[in-house]
Amino acid sequence: MYAFTYHRPATARQAASLLAKKEDAKLLAGGHTLLPTMKQRLASPGALVDLSSCADLKGIARKGRNLVIGAMTTHAEVAASPEVQEAIPALAHLASHIGDPHVRHRGTIGGSVANNDPAADYPAALLALGATVVTNKRKLAADEFFTGLYETALEEGEIIVKVSFPVASKAGYAKFRNPASRYALVGVFVAKRGSEIAVAVTGAGEGGVFRWPEAEAALKARFAAKSLDGLKHTAKGINGDIHADAEYRAHLIGVMAKQAVAQATGKA
Amino acid sequence: MSATGIGAPVRRKEDHRFITGQGRYTDDINRPGQAHAYFLRSPHAHATLKKIDTMAAAAMPGVLGIFTGDDLAADKVGGLICGWMIHNKDGSPMRAGPHPALAQGKVRYVGDHVAVVVAETLAQARDAAEAIVVDYGVLPAVVDTATAAKAKTQVHAEAPDNTVFNWHLGDRAATDAAFKAAKHVTKLDIVNNRLVPNPMEPRGAVGDYDQGEGAFTLYTTSQNPHVARLVLSAFIGIAPENKLRVIAPDVGGGFGSKIFIYAEETVCVWAAKKVGRPVKWTSDRTEAFLSDAHGRDHVTHAELAMDADGKMLAMRVHTTANLGAYLSTFSSSVPTYLYAPLLSGQYDIPAIYCEVDAVYTNTAPVDAYRGAGRPEATFVVERLVEVAARQLGKDPAKFRTQNFIKKFPHQTPVIMMYDTGNYGASLKKAMEIIDYKGFPKRRRDSARSGKLRGIGFSAYIEACGIAPSAAVGSLGAGVGLWESAEVRVNPIGTVEVLTGSHSHGQGHETTFAQLVSDRLGVPLENVSIVHGDTDKVQMGMGTYGSRSGAVGMSAIFKAIDKVIAKGKKVAAYVLEADEADIDFKDGNFTVKGTDRKLDFGSCALQAYVAHKFNGQDLEPGLKEGAFYDPTNFTFPAGVHICELEIDPDTGVTRIERWAAVDDFGNVINPMIVEGQVHGGIAQGVGQALLEGARYNADGQLVTASFMDYCMPRADDLPSFEVGMTVTPCPSNPLGIKGCGEAGAIASPPAVINAITDALGHEDIAMPATPQAVWRAAQKTLSRMAAE
Repeated sequence: MYAFTYHRPATARQAASLLAKKEDAKLLAGGHTLLPTMKQRLASPGALVDLSSCADLKGIARKGRNLVIGAMTTHAEVAASPEVQEAIPALAHLASHIGDPHVRHRGTIGGSVANNDPAADYPAALLALGATVVTNKRKLAADEFFTGLYETALEEGEIIVKVSFPVASKAGYAKFRNPASRYALVGVFVAKRGSEIAVAVTGAGEGGVFRWPEAEAALKARFAAKSLDGLKHTAKGINGDIHADAEYRAHLIGVMAKQAVAQATGKA
Repeated sequence: MSATGIGAPVRRKEDHRFITGQGRYTDDINRPGQAHAYFLRSPHAHATLKKIDTMAAAAMPGVLGIFTGDDLAADKVGGLICGWMIHNKDGSPMRAGPHPALAQGKVRYVGDHVAVVVAETLAQARDAAEAIVVDYGVLPAVVDTATAAKAKTQVHAEAPDNTVFNWHLGDRAATDAAFKAAKHVTKLDIVNNRLVPNPMEPRGAVGDYDQGEGAFTLYTTSQNPHVARLVLSAFIGIAPENKLRVIAPDVGGGFGSKIFIYAEETVCVWAAKKVGRPVKWTSDRTEAFLSDAHGRDHVTHAELAMDADGKMLAMRVHTTANLGAYLSTFSSSVPTYLYAPLLSGQYDIPAIYCEVDAVYTNTAPVDAYRGAGRPEATFVVERLVEVAARQLGKDPAKFRTQNFIKKFPHQTPVIMMYDTGNYGASLKKAMEIIDYKGFPKRRRDSARSGKLRGIGFSAYIEACGIAPSAAVGSLGAGVGLWESAEVRVNPIGTVEVLTGSHSHGQGHETTFAQLVSDRLGVPLENVSIVHGDTDKVQMGMGTYGSRSGAVGMSAIFKAIDKVIAKGKKVAAYVLEADEADIDFKDGNFTVKGTDRKLDFGSCALQAYVAHKFNGQDLEPGLKEGAFYDPTNFTFPAGVHICELEIDPDTGVTRIERWAAVDDFGNVINPMIVEGQVHGGIAQGVGQALLEGARYNADGQLVTASFMDYCMPRADDLPSFEVGMTVTPCPSNPLGIKGCGEAGAIASPPAVINAITDALGHEDIAMPATPQAVWRAAQKTLSRMAAE
């Protein structure tokens, strides 16, 4: 790790001002990607702006038909939240299966979403549920927010404040974990809101999280795991590595999609 | 049996220290004025070192010294050694290239040591290392085990065709003749995957030089500090033995990887004198992946010949073993004398012939890893036997039983003389535990839910209690493999045992104390075990090869015999009786036929005050030492049965049940033994299902972190059902065979035999990851659909 200056603002506004003032400053949320990268000397920000004391970035609330989660809310808090469990149980389920207990007590939804790791879980939930990412400057729909591997629509100086999830009538998330890292090798989040159906896939895409229109169409006919029988995702555009080549990953998308639907329909 | 004596499941004395964070590991050692070392490592698998420019780096803050291979050469520091000489088929010695602690002229694997920076802080050392400018002449890399001998690139000029040796064992003519006469031959190609040891505690070293005494101290993560001192002193030339103290404090796991003498500790202890400051290095996890000696990495073709009834006639094996870029300390012995002599397994096979080609590649050195050669042999034997049974249409248990060795002693055609065993008993017990009879029903139940269920046997044998010194000497070992012990009885009857064995997780502080408590009748808490310091323990050979019970404790046993004999002399004076009339039992010296007695503590006090005898007739004090050299290897053996279920939709393999029945001879602490079995199985399951070190064609280690190298976790494993059978070992006084490696040796073939049973074909390699199993299962499903 190289030397850096450390700042711990109390509000998102102070954080934004530090971010603007300090040269080569980076935001620190849970730190699970940034700190190891810094330790390996692969990243060397001049300043870290730690968001952990920004009370205005924390908390979970039901607001009408939306569930709103502050950016600095940890995975463990989401998993344990009665509001989340009641409104979107699949989201609580997803959060309860991120990493291990250490990770879940440090890692945050804002950090995960901002980093947009192609194997992260949350991006699939945001995309499938049609969530809105609220920053200190604007509101961004999930499908315009995630723009590529580790890339988002966030601009210089922009801070995620909260994520707003419309409550779905049915939702499910299933992932096949990388045996070594236990990140999502393939994760599929399925959501039904009225007649709208979304199937979002994480872990597998060359360009990060994406939707699977063929599965959505099949589920529109009937929202049941059986509707996906015989449906195969193409291996084109799918990641390959030593753990899973594109063909195997593509196959797992189908298997996980069925599991996610089974979960959403209470048949898992 | 007392509550703390031999056979009692005593809780480990050392665990309170470990689980409350009171352990004292090498990284916990901090010497006054200590500086920190950072090793600049090669990013290339193979390159010439055209120029190393340290000018700018040397001027950086905090830098105390930067050293390269030239500095070691100038100080006449010798290279690292390989301590086992193997001879080629034609009798010529193996061809080994030099192994300097810091590279000289060339780097040969990613992670090879280019230079060391010693600085006030680790961060400063690292900063300076980044400022060193190295001009590499990048060369093509040799990576693949099977084709290394044919590669155009040569790793060492001294080893043409990248071949360290072409070695063989057994009677080729008799084996070939038996194959000609055979009715059935089973053939199999096998890869034994490369593993990274990954002990919880990474390696580390603190070198210290006392200018006043002209003496060095090295704190290091070693399984055998005395061997480290011997090598650093006699071969590398750091200092004479009397001026070099090696301390291996608490060590957090080794699995073989901490047997060897590495570059880093050599450089730290040498550099301590160069910079006039203690020098510390602690490996980070990435360095551990890159530079700890790896394990396994064999490519084998094996054949088994049988007559019309299925009686085994002969076995023929050809193995190519990857030894990496340099010969690590005991690397040459692993694919030779620790491997081929085990190819007879538990079976009566009249003729065996094994050829081993050892190759250099541009990968990390490969050496002993839990089991060392014996897991590789067992994998060959038990896969071959399972496939043969399938091809002959025989039940795998019956086929094994038909060919088991049933009379002892048994001379195999590959050196070993098995002393005792009862292989049928372990098999029977394991089959009962797993409910073998109920398996067909369980398989049908799995099939109904779309799952493939399989069962796999592994009847393993290993050679432990390493080893009779003269025997290993005749096979090329550079050292003797006896063990030493000293039993010091204090004046009030407490006991300190100094042992040359070294505990790095095995629980010696408990088991060794149980032996002493049992034999001397003193409370367990009155016994302390001292190990891991060459200034305290005079000499020892360390812990590996499941030798600490069979060899280390036998030395303690012998020393206790001497203590009791001396105690009887003291008691005879005190009790005014004839020495021949003194008995010793349950902690009391008694006079036969009387009620006169002297307890052990009082006897110790009498020995030290020496009031009751004349110092000219009997020396005061109560302290005895012994060296124990075994007369044979010991042969732990047993049967493990794995039952598992495959989800053909995802390729996920779930181990449902595991029966392990082991014959370790007599057991001191069954709880610790069971723990060793559990850990061994976990590592074996890791090899079979999860772990595999992979280099790409450029020689970059693709699996250089836990993100890509998959270690077994608790939820990958079932609850093990462990049973034991006992045939006491006849060659040592305690009847112990050893238990440290059995689980890792037995388990890989049990898993793969179960997977191939479930799949109905043999087309799967280790590690059988979900991806590999999914692909293999598709083949099964399409076959089933065709039928």
